[in-house]
Order: sequence, then structure tokens, then C-alpha cells
Amino acid sequence: MTVKIYIPRDAAAIALGAEKVATAMAEAIAARGVDAAIIRNGSRGMHWLEPLVEVETAEGRIAYGPVKARDVASLLDAGLVSGGAHPLCLGKTEEIPFLKNQTRLTFARCGVTDPLSLDDYRGHGGLRGLEKAVSMAPAAIVAEVTESGLRGRGGAGFPTGIKWKTVLEAQGAQKYIVCNADEGDSGTFADRMIMEGDPFVLIEGMAIAGIATGATKGYVYTRSEYPHAIAAMSAAIEIARAAGVLGQSVLGSAHAFDMEVRTGAGAYVCGEETSLLNSLEGKRGLVRAKPPLPAHKGLFDCPTVINNVISLASVPVIMDKGAAFYRDFGMGRSRGTIPIQIAGNVKHGGLFETAFGLTLGEIVDAIGGGTASARPVKAVQVGGPLGAYFPRALFDTPFDYEAFAARDGLIGHAGIVVFDDTADMLKQARFAMEFCAVESCGKCTPCRIGSMRGVEVADKIAAGIEPEKNRELLTDLCNTMKFGSLCALGGFTPYPVMSAMTHFPEDFSPAPIAEAAE
Amino acid sequence: MNTHLAGADVAERTLAIVGELKGLEGPLLPILHEIQDEFGYVPEACLPVLARELNLSRAEVYGVVTFYHDFREHPAGRHVLKLCRAEACQSMGGDRLAERAKALLGIDFHETTPDGAVTLEPVYCLGLCSCSPSAMLDGEVHARLDDTELEALVAEARR
Repeated sequence: MTVKIYIPRDAAAIALGAEKVATAMAEAIAARGVDAAIIRNGSRGMHWLEPLVEVETAEGRIAYGPVKARDVASLLDAGLVSGGAHPLCLGKTEEIPFLKNQTRLTFARCGVTDPLSLDDYRGHGGLRGLEKAVSMAPAAIVAEVTESGLRGRGGAGFPTGIKWKTVLEAQGAQKYIVCNADEGDSGTFADRMIMEGDPFVLIEGMAIAGIATGATKGYVYTRSEYPHAIAAMSAAIEIARAAGVLGQSVLGSAHAFDMEVRTGAGAYVCGEETSLLNSLEGKRGLVRAKPPLPAHKGLFDCPTVINNVISLASVPVIMDKGAAFYRDFGMGRSRGTIPIQIAGNVKHGGLFETAFGLTLGEIVDAIGGGTASARPVKAVQVGGPLGAYFPRALFDTPFDYEAFAARDGLIGHAGIVVFDDTADMLKQARFAMEFCAVESCGKCTPCRIGSMRGVEVADKIAAGIEPEKNRELLTDLCNTMKFGSLCALGGFTPYPVMSAMTHFPEDFSPAPIAEAAE
Repeated sequence: MNTHLAGADVAERTLAIVGELKGLEGPLLPILHEIQDEFGYVPEACLPVLARELNLSRAEVYGVVTFYHDFREHPAGRHVLKLCRAEACQSMGGDRLAERAKALLGIDFHETTPDGAVTLEPVYCLGLCSCSPSAMLDGEVHARLDDTELEALVAEARR
């Protein structure tokens, strides 16, 4: 029987040499006459083990990693195709603690299936949610999603069902589903992993959203920095269309829904929903004032659902297993699971999907294994470039929207970037301002000008020029940006800046410049 | 791709691209991407054509081209090396690596080597944050870069 060997096609795996491993493996099995087929799966999310090669055996899938092209010969010599022993062997994939301790609902198939095989997708529970949805009344679908407690995974945490209800009730000949896949936050890659590793789940989620709200057209707006995701998503859409999952009659029903991928052009601010809509319309990505809400007047002024990739990709499992099943995971008002992305200076970096409620310390120390540099953890930035820096003293904060807000932070898109004790928090604060200045759309003054001034003030503090006065000025500037900006770019840049200054005051009191002078 | 193209040729090829994509909803970004793929940058000569064909003002088209970091107004080098400058890469020595790349190439960000071989650009996140620092050379991604690998990438780009 032909043995299945899995070698990921995920961009992280490719960046670490998966393409070379796949080529070497293909050549070696051909040369040796081994009866094996290579399947290019998504990533399991254990990125320190990538490229992670798996082989299907009678006992289940056995993992090897990290594999380099030069290891292929010795792996085959050791009996890779029957799960043979080798120094790189990690045992059964499902038994690796990092994976075993997860609750994979949204990412259930990611890394398991062939991302572009619709049969594989169906074989692993795919399309059951959509099959249910096509026979339900739109209002009942919306009720199910509302009941599940699902909140926007892009960062804002707005209840998805409420958004859908608004669009369902809005009047309009044309309505749209827009998927915000403009995943620009450093430390995040969940959207990318879904698009590359299980694109059909996003298609299914968007089709369900379309049926629930009466929208017939969908767009996935993603980043030009994600060429692998664009390719996988576009190919999956073609396959879904050919199979009747998309088109005039979704799964043979009376509902029509079709979609396409659109690529951004390197503007971080286009991850803000109204800026994204302007960009989709072919305009500069300027932020729009709200109201009107996109649910009433969104893309081309039509009622529009705009949701993050992970929100939409979580809908199929909710429709399949029911709102109660999903809602039973989590804590407080944060229901279900969240794919936490552990990044930066960390030993075990990758994606860890779990119910809300783990503490930050558990995530960084127990799951992430501390820093990659083996130095003490100084700070972790949670929620991307607009998220706060947390010191070790706040590691008891549970991963929950409200708990993070109560400590002047945000979980954002659930990316965590770990820094060791060599990090200079004044430099990080300056970078937050610099990034805001580079990426500001320019529409509102606090963001456009405030960020420029912020960089200058940070430089003055670093140079030891009237540090006390300038720290006060920086605080004042942050207040103006927080309350006076039109969107989260200017409004949230104060989070990293203020948290750095509050929790690491020693970095904001540099030694007097006189020491360096002659 | 290093020479500026003749206006008439640009206009003709721009018209063909517009003809192909005009039917899309909000066609300007897909058209600009296609133009950049075709010419390696967005030549000034295509702006009036786009304005006319899409019924926009030239200022509107120019505004869009200049708003987005991706669109170049001048040709890039034969190879484009993008280094990630965002926080996750910073935490793993990305800044130091960037300085090393600049020194190896003898240029700063947004510059091209005098022989036209390499353009160095910053990128704010390639989504490879769990295996930082990362880079992209002509669309190919590279992660967990150290000095040796960076030197190999630069050497590859300079060929």
C-alpha cells in the first residue's frame, strides 16, 4: 500500500527549508523505489520543529523534525516509511505535549489534511456546518452564532452574531461578506496558517455568513506579504466553485454565494475595517468615520459583514456541533477557543489553540518554554504593535478580553511576542510611535502628528534631555492620541508606549548624557 | 527592468491590463498590482491612461499609487531583499541583522546597489514571527536567519 508522507507547505515550514526537504524526499523515494506519496499539508503549528515530516502508519502518524534535506537519506535508511527510530523521531504526532494539550476546534484540520483536497476536507468533518445552514432560516443561523458567544477574533471582540443580525435586518439589493485577512500585527500568523493549511474552512464560514445575512458576494482581503496564502486561498476557491460549494446554487440549494481574493499593497492601516473597505473599493486606505457602521453602509455603501479570518473560520464548527458545544469552552464573556500565537524570543514558538482562561505566565513559561536565548523574560507584547507590554509581575493575567482590558492591555489578534532581558523598553516605545508614523493613513491629526512628536520626545528622553518633563509630555501626548484618534492605530499606539513607561521606568531614566561627553 | 520604458509602449500595455480587469468591482488595486508585475514599477505614463479609463482624476490615481508602500515609482534592482523590522524579529536581533545587511550591500533601506543588483526594503511582518528573524528575497521566504544565512542570501541576490 502506498505510504503517505506529509511535508508542510506552510510558509513558515518553507522558510525553514520544507521545499528542499520535499524535493529531496521525492527524489529519494523514486530512486529507492519506495511506494510512498508526498502530501503537502498545512502546519501543525509547532514551528520550532519545522519542517516537521510525518508518516502515516498503522499506529497513527509519526513525526520527525526539524528535518533538513540532508537528513532525508538517513531517515529512509532508518525506516521512515514504517515509523522507524531515528534521532529526529518525535513519536506519535498527536502525543507531542504541545499538540496534545490543545483544544483544536478552528484549527482541527490544519496540518492534518491536504489543504486543497475537498474530499479530505469532507472526510474530516468539513462542510457539515454549511450543509446544516442551507436548510435553516437565516435568522436561525444568526441566532446560533449569537448563542455561541463568538466574538470578533481580529481584536475588537465585538459579538459576531450581533454584527450579522444588523446586516440581515439591513435593506439592500446587494450585501457583502468581507473577510479581513490583512493580518499585519507582528507576532500573529493564525490567519495565514488557516488560509494555507485549511482554506476550505474559511470558504465554508463565509458561505454560511452569506446565507445568514443575504449576502451573495464575498471578498478575502489579504496581504501582499502572504504570497503562499494568496495562492492556496485562490486555488481552494476555484476547487470549491467547481464542486458547487460556491456559485449560483450553494450545495444545490437556492442560495447563491461566490467569493474572490483581493491583495492589499503593504499598508498596515488597511487592517482597520473601514480603511480596508476603502482599499477594496480601489481608493486610498483612509479610515472612515463611524457611523455609518459597515453593517449599514459598508463596501460600495452596501450592508457589509466584515469579520476576521478566525471569526469566520470558527463558524463551521459552531454550526456543526451547536452553539452550546462552543460556548462551553472559555471563561467570563470570552467563550470558545482562541488560537494563541507564541512568537519572538521563545523556545517553543507556534500556534496553540485553547479555551480562553490560561494565564499569560502559563502560556509564556509552560507552553512557550521561556526564551529561545535562555535568558530571563523581560516583557511580552500581547496583541501586536498596538498591544501593551506586560512585565512578569502581570503574568497572572488570564487570557480573556476583559481581564486584559482591566490591566490596560488587549489580547488583540492573540499574538504574543516574548522579549528577553536585553530588550530596551524605551527603544520599543519609540518604535511603536515610529511605526504609527510610518503607517498612519493621515486622516486624523492626533495619529499623524502625534506619532511624529512621540518619536521626537522618546529621542529626547533617550538623550537625557529634561527627562522628567519629556516623560510627562509623552504621557500627555498618549492621552491625546488615545482619546482623539479616529481609529485603533492612533488610539492604541499609546498602549505599548504607556505600558513600557509604566512597567519599565528604569529604561526611561537613561544615565545622564554627560558621561558620554568628552 | 532597469530602464524607464517608452511612454507609448507603457500606455499600450496599460490599456491591455485595464481592459482585462476593468470589469472587477473596485478594479484599481488589482490593476496597479498587474502593472507593477508587468513593468516592475508603476510608470508615470500609465497614470493618465488609468485616470481616463476608470473615470478618475489623475490626482486620485496618483494618491492611490503613493498611499501604498508596495507600489514603486521607479524600477527596483534585479533582486529585492525585504527584511522584517517588526517586533518579533526585533526580539531576535533583527535590528542587528539589518545593520549587517546594510553594511554588506553598502546601501540603506529603500536604496539599490549601484550595480542595480539589489534593492533593500523594510517589511513590517512576514507572519513568520515564531521563527524570527525573517526575510523575503524575490518572493521566497527565509526564517530563523543568522549571520551566515544572511550572507548567503546577500551573495545570492548579488549574483
